[in-house]
Amino acid sequence: MKISYQWLNQMVDLHGIDPQKLADQVSVTGIEVASVIAPDAGLKKIVIGHILSTKPHPDSDHLTLCQVDLGDSEPVQIVCGAPNVAEDQYVIVALPGSRIAGNVKIKRGKMRGEASEGMICALQEIGFSESVVPKEFANGIYVFPQPEPVGAAVFPYLGMDDRLIDFDITPNRADTLGMHGAAYEVGAMLHEKPRFPEVNLHATGLPTERLIDVQVTEPELVPQYLMKVVSNVTIKPSPLWLQIRLWNNGIRPINNVVDVTNFVLLEYGQPLHAFDYDKIASKKILVRQAHQNEPFTTLDEQEWQLRPTDLVITDGQKPLALAGVMGGLDSEITPSTTNVLLESAVFNGTAIRKTAQWTNLHSEASTRFEKGINQDDVAHALDRAVQLLCDLAEGTASEGVAVGNQVLPAEPQVLLDPARVNHVLGTEISAAAMRAILTDLQFDYQDQGAKILVTIPRRRWDISIEADLIEEIARLYGYDKLPSTLPTGVQTRGAYNQRQQLIRTAKRNLLAQGLDEVISYSLLTAPQATAFAAQAPEPIKLAWPMTQDHAYLRENLVSGLILDLQYNLAHKQNDVQIFEQGNVFIPQDAERQPREVPMIAALWSGAATDASWLQKERPVDFYDAKGVVENLLAVLGVAEQVHYETETDLTDLHPGRTARIMLGTEKLGFVGEVHPSWQHEMGLPATYVMQLDLSVILAAELPALVAQPAAKYPAVDRDLALILDQHVTNAAVVTLIQANAGKYLHNVQIFDVFAGDKIGHHKRSLAYRLHFQDPNATLTDEEINRAMTKVTTALVEQLQAQVR
Amino acid sequence: MSLKDKLEELKASGLVDIQKADDQRQLNEIRVKLLGKKGPLTEVLRGMKDLSAEERPQVGEFANKIKSELTEAIDTQLQTLDQKSLQRRLAHESVDVTLPGRQNKVGTPHILNQVIDDLEDLFIGLGYEVIDGPEVETDHYNFEMMNIPKDHPARDMQDTFYITDELLMRTHTSPNQARSLEQHDFSKGPLKMISPGRVFRRDNDDATHSHQFNQIEGLVIDHHVTMADLKGTLEVVARHVFGAERELRLRPSYFPFTEPSIEVDISCFACGGKGCSVCKHTGWIEVLGAGMVHPNVLRSAGVDPVEFGGFAFGLGPDRFAMLKYGVNDIREFYQNDLRFLHQFQREVK
Repeated sequence: MKISYQWLNQMVDLHGIDPQKLADQVSVTGIEVASVIAPDAGLKKIVIGHILSTKPHPDSDHLTLCQVDLGDSEPVQIVCGAPNVAEDQYVIVALPGSRIAGNVKIKRGKMRGEASEGMICALQEIGFSESVVPKEFANGIYVFPQPEPVGAAVFPYLGMDDRLIDFDITPNRADTLGMHGAAYEVGAMLHEKPRFPEVNLHATGLPTERLIDVQVTEPELVPQYLMKVVSNVTIKPSPLWLQIRLWNNGIRPINNVVDVTNFVLLEYGQPLHAFDYDKIASKKILVRQAHQNEPFTTLDEQEWQLRPTDLVITDGQKPLALAGVMGGLDSEITPSTTNVLLESAVFNGTAIRKTAQWTNLHSEASTRFEKGINQDDVAHALDRAVQLLCDLAEGTASEGVAVGNQVLPAEPQVLLDPARVNHVLGTEISAAAMRAILTDLQFDYQDQGAKILVTIPRRRWDISIEADLIEEIARLYGYDKLPSTLPTGVQTRGAYNQRQQLIRTAKRNLLAQGLDEVISYSLLTAPQATAFAAQAPEPIKLAWPMTQDHAYLRENLVSGLILDLQYNLAHKQNDVQIFEQGNVFIPQDAERQPREVPMIAALWSGAATDASWLQKERPVDFYDAKGVVENLLAVLGVAEQVHYETETDLTDLHPGRTARIMLGTEKLGFVGEVHPSWQHEMGLPATYVMQLDLSVILAAELPALVAQPAAKYPAVDRDLALILDQHVTNAAVVTLIQANAGKYLHNVQIFDVFAGDKIGHHKRSLAYRLHFQDPNATLTDEEINRAMTKVTTALVEQLQAQVR
Repeated sequence: MSLKDKLEELKASGLVDIQKADDQRQLNEIRVKLLGKKGPLTEVLRGMKDLSAEERPQVGEFANKIKSELTEAIDTQLQTLDQKSLQRRLAHESVDVTLPGRQNKVGTPHILNQVIDDLEDLFIGLGYEVIDGPEVETDHYNFEMMNIPKDHPARDMQDTFYITDELLMRTHTSPNQARSLEQHDFSKGPLKMISPGRVFRRDNDDATHSHQFNQIEGLVIDHHVTMADLKGTLEVVARHVFGAERELRLRPSYFPFTEPSIEVDISCFACGGKGCSVCKHTGWIEVLGAGMVHPNVLRSAGVDPVEFGGFAFGLGPDRFAMLKYGVNDIREFYQNDLRFLHQFQREVK
């Protein structure tokens, strides 16, 4: 709500504080201020003019020549194109050299040969929003309702010299959604007691209960429902001072009856509704829940089929209004209304929110019912509106109030312990200072020993426990006065747990191996979510996704990396080596949270080495990817326990260029090329990916690390070249060598792979270097020869190897 | 010609030859020629037998002196030649040191994770644990335990990605407050934790909204933890991230799970508080929300709110990074354009 500085100043003495300063102070002690709006900002030399005479422009069928008195000795001629311009109007005149809305400069000029000494303005032309301009002036110039001082600057006469402090409230402070609430807040800050206009209602009409029978069937959803009748009203525009209050708050003035309900809404924060009394033939009001599919037309002419959760105001039969949300077309106030039935009520916030949400009818009224209203003012607001209608529409008030329900909530009593306040805040505020703050808040209290018993007024329904009061004390005492300390007490040890350490180590290693880290979205399409898995379970779906692109929870990280690759390719970034660490979501049964599994995945595409003056460009291949995986697993301490097998179950990957990575008997992940037909479909160059399940590594038992002295005796290397059938894998050969070379074999390294005509069809040559080491002695030729013989025999017998 | 004169002449011509020599081989030849067994010096010495007993030692001494002078001259020349050949080799081997070197690629950590890691390091140093929690949360932990009952305006369907009535994508890292409160053994000392992680909101992605972003939750609960402790802690954070000169401003705010609740502003790091476009001419930048943990949150997690209390805060690494590095579009963090990511290669910032 935009709090008018001028209006507020009528309720609280603001001591002439600059509006911006006041706003800053309010921001720091209570309510965030979004901005301070000056309606006349950027405007100048705009004055009130009096049109003395008019005549048609000789060369135009729609322009009028006006002689306008601007308070100078002679009137000036102004050409005006508005259809509603007429003699004896008091109007807005932008003088030559003035600035109007949009920083437009007005110059003296000629229009079709006739001199024009300025411009007669519409409200929109001096910065009014289309939505607040009264309908009668929507397509023409604005005309003051009464004579105003000619030649005076126009701004004070239209409320444009006011300053509007835009309160950006949090949901708990809806008590400031009315001027009274705002005045209490600002008053507490300035140590001022707010004062409000007195309501002196002289009811001279019939008793209200004889005019209308009011019943509420759901008292718990409608704790208060009050009505009064104002008869013999004259419908006309409201006085300008009231219209100004409305349009400065974004509300369009309509007529005195509707305007009064809106004015009281702004004043008290209490939504009111006005019915045309004569259109309710039954003279009966029944508030109930709607029937399933009950038809109803709101005053914006939309037709609805209501739901049983909606509250409706009915005439005993059919709905007249959607309670707290919007009135009905049939009982709306019109220019011919003479008797007005006014409603002031409290509706259950949840019920109103549901209705406002499904109908998408969010109004000033529904917002306030949703967030809560001051239950103390329901009756006062009704009286205030009736009094204004008597004053401004010459109506007659009915006597007494027709009550459908009137149950006020209890006023909570909260025991405030000053020692507790200081314990929580870390301050040394005296009890006297706390009492002064409670006085500023206009709360009643009494001492109870060292404690203070505070009665919370109903207008502050956000306060119910001591912690709430501590906040009141703290904010009005001033957060800037809080000392700055650090928690004391028992020392604690900060550290990463094993899982966090593993993740950090893995990420650091991939960074060191040249991969860039990315963060992709966890929500994907169903095919993306389930790709790169064999028999992926149905992915978890959001009930109400925002877009189909982000509707399912990912079960793999690779799909996200491919999206990142595509984004980069589209931006001409072709050499992409990236990784991501994050969770995937494996569904369990529908009612339970999924298993969230920490994964790490990487992707390679484009050049492995860039072209430079030192080396040629080389595209990435399978062994780039696998090498990174091997390095990573070595750093994570599981390289010894890991082996690689051909993987053909993953249909999104190249069946001949993918390895399944096994940690013992557990599946740890995969490394391989994206399937060529997939690459083709998505327009990708050769792309390699890997993914590892870090939970498998976390579960693995790592042997304790015990250091061995570096060997002091010479090691011996022996080379072995073999010709084998091409289907015999390196792993098979190495396994056999390790099994037969004896205990001094330290490691086996393959240093050559060759296939070609020279060695025959379906054959390939593999060459190994065996590294022998006895930590306690120098190895003899004899020992090595024995080992080599055993190895070659096994290779020849079991793998039909031909030793070269 | 006397023997002595012969020797003088031999020395003079020998020195000339040595000076003329320009490689090792020539010098060796000279050495053999002058000083070898068939050389002139040997010959002269051989003729000494014809000399008288008085002359012999004098000439002998003189001849030896000539011999050592020549030997020294050859050695000196040899060293000079070595130096020259070394200089030639060095000149030959020199490279253009301004050409770029052979580099191993080094990856760049994602800037959001750099911000998170930096804060984790800070808090670990202050004795905080790092707590992980599920990204798919239950309604119970995400809302109920955080004092946001059903029908509370703060849990509008608009903002939450529900999966079922009871399961949802967590909208904040706050449920880890409840989870760690339930698990913590207060007999072993205070609970001090941070909990970083992904959170999700039902938003359309645009320059300032992302349906996925990051939060870091913080929670300290003990017998006596004050709001002043919260202020001091947040000052440490703000000055660590945004510079030692930063001032803090606390403003009242509202979160269902804290009371009192505050919004925290820092004095603008771009203008120092004078007002500029970064702080929208206010001198202050809003950086995080915090407060004293609501008694209901403690009570529902089984912690006595009379005996224990403390503070909680929630900060956004995305927002921190956007502010600190002038990133104007949050989507840049999740599009992963390498040109964007590589800007943050420098880890000392």
